[in-house]
Amino acid sequence: MITRAQPRKWERIYWPLLASGLLLVLWHYFVIWTTTRIFPSPLEVEKGIGELLRHHVLWGDIADSLRRVAVGFGIAALLGIPVGLALGWFSAANHVVNPVMQILRPISPIAWIPIAIILFGVGDGAAVFLIFLGAFFPIVVACINGVSNVPPVFRRSGRNFGLTAPQLLARVIFPAALPQILIGLRIALGIAWLVVVAAEMIAVDSGLGYLVIDSRNSGKRYDLVIAAILLIGVIGLILDLGFRCMERIRSVRWGFRNES
Amino acid sequence: MVLVKESVAARALKTKLSVENVSMTFRRDGKSMPVFENINLEVADGEFVCLLGPSGCGKTTLLNVMAGFLSPTSGSIQVDGEVVSGPDPRRIYVFQERGVFPWLTVEGNIGFGLFKLPPTEREMRIAHYVRMVGLQGFEKVYPQELSGGMKQRVEVARALAVNPDMLFLDEPFGALDSITRLVMRGELLRIWEAERKTIIFVTHDIDEAVQLADRVVVMSARPGTIQQIVNIDIPHPRDISSAHYLELRDGIFQQIGLAHKI
Repeated sequence: MITRAQPRKWERIYWPLLASGLLLVLWHYFVIWTTTRIFPSPLEVEKGIGELLRHHVLWGDIADSLRRVAVGFGIAALLGIPVGLALGWFSAANHVVNPVMQILRPISPIAWIPIAIILFGVGDGAAVFLIFLGAFFPIVVACINGVSNVPPVFRRSGRNFGLTAPQLLARVIFPAALPQILIGLRIALGIAWLVVVAAEMIAVDSGLGYLVIDSRNSGKRYDLVIAAILLIGVIGLILDLGFRCMERIRSVRWGFRNES
Repeated sequence: MVLVKESVAARALKTKLSVENVSMTFRRDGKSMPVFENINLEVADGEFVCLLGPSGCGKTTLLNVMAGFLSPTSGSIQVDGEVVSGPDPRRIYVFQERGVFPWLTVEGNIGFGLFKLPPTEREMRIAHYVRMVGLQGFEKVYPQELSGGMKQRVEVARALAVNPDMLFLDEPFGALDSITRLVMRGELLRIWEAERKTIIFVTHDIDEAVQLADRVVVMSARPGTIQQIVNIDIPHPRDISSAHYLELRDGIFQQIGLAHKI
């Protein structure tokens, strides 16, 4: 038998579906065997999702969460890309800023919650600020690395054709670094989606994170808790898949050779 | 034949590039390491000169100095009587095919240096050089879908499109397979005969040098000096099994200190 490097199309759908189905069955019987009163079965969760949809709160929560991520991530990208490109370009500035950034970078945005609430009060501002903090550093670091990894051959060619420094940045450095910048943006988007749930549990009273904590607090509705958790997972997956479509843009595809 | 000789003589009157007492020393760990010393060379307008030497003899460094990417430790480089102080679009340095921009199509790469031209002229230039290097039908293709030889053509076309006076070619065919390399040599000669640019071509391949150049500058091992300059007085197309070709080639083999037997 020759092992196929590429699974067939139906196999790529069939096996993951089977695995998910098995997991649901296991979950179902696990709930029955352990006779737990707290943890809901898949059917109860499905009913929970239906209930959320009927009461028309779900779409509002999803929209609120997505809006916060869009704003926080958007500001992080708008500030982070220019800052990262500048730091990558002026390595002297990078040496000055780098130690501070390396200290700030590993701090979980959750740790900033008290500060966020003092600065912005309980509300959207605090949540957006936390998402911004989570997304900003990965974007900046990806841009710095992207710029410093541009092969010298490309810079030299650009200079040889008489490009000025701004032209070189726009026509050589940025497009050469773009695949790495996109990877940074994708990581940042994933972090933003993690942070929004945590932020909504504390700083606001809407969104999917609030839905999780509210379902528990008002009547210990664990079926709704699990329903919300699953939705968070599915939406996170859709965001990631959506963002990965950008990797197929022809002018950046060269940077993602191994993944296609 | 006579005509060719006259035109060579006429061209030889005008010096394009002159290298005067150029030396280069790199500093490493506090020690100074001479790369090459006291290089003197005059290259005529429209001439094809090969810099030939063993690895590490400083020929690529010398090419970088000529192109203005590095300043020499002493001495000076002049082009058309002007001292070279940096890279210039009139003198394009061509790398191995690694220099092609992967985010631009063939068209985009060839038109890269033409940003000062109006769009219609730009398009005409691009079309002209796409045809010259035989890449019709590949205008919208990205470099990753091209073979090594095609990428190399894109790079040469990108250089020619800005209509430079001089081309610096740094082992441009070194990464290609031997068949493609032969084809590319023919293409380069065809283009050179059509456009008459002054070409400085770095190689460590003796056959390549003797097939292409008007003159072969043989450099010694580090610290590099010019050991000998060999005139290749065979008109193109050259018969590479003729007695005179073999005589010139074997002379260079001996000069470098290699027996031509394996």
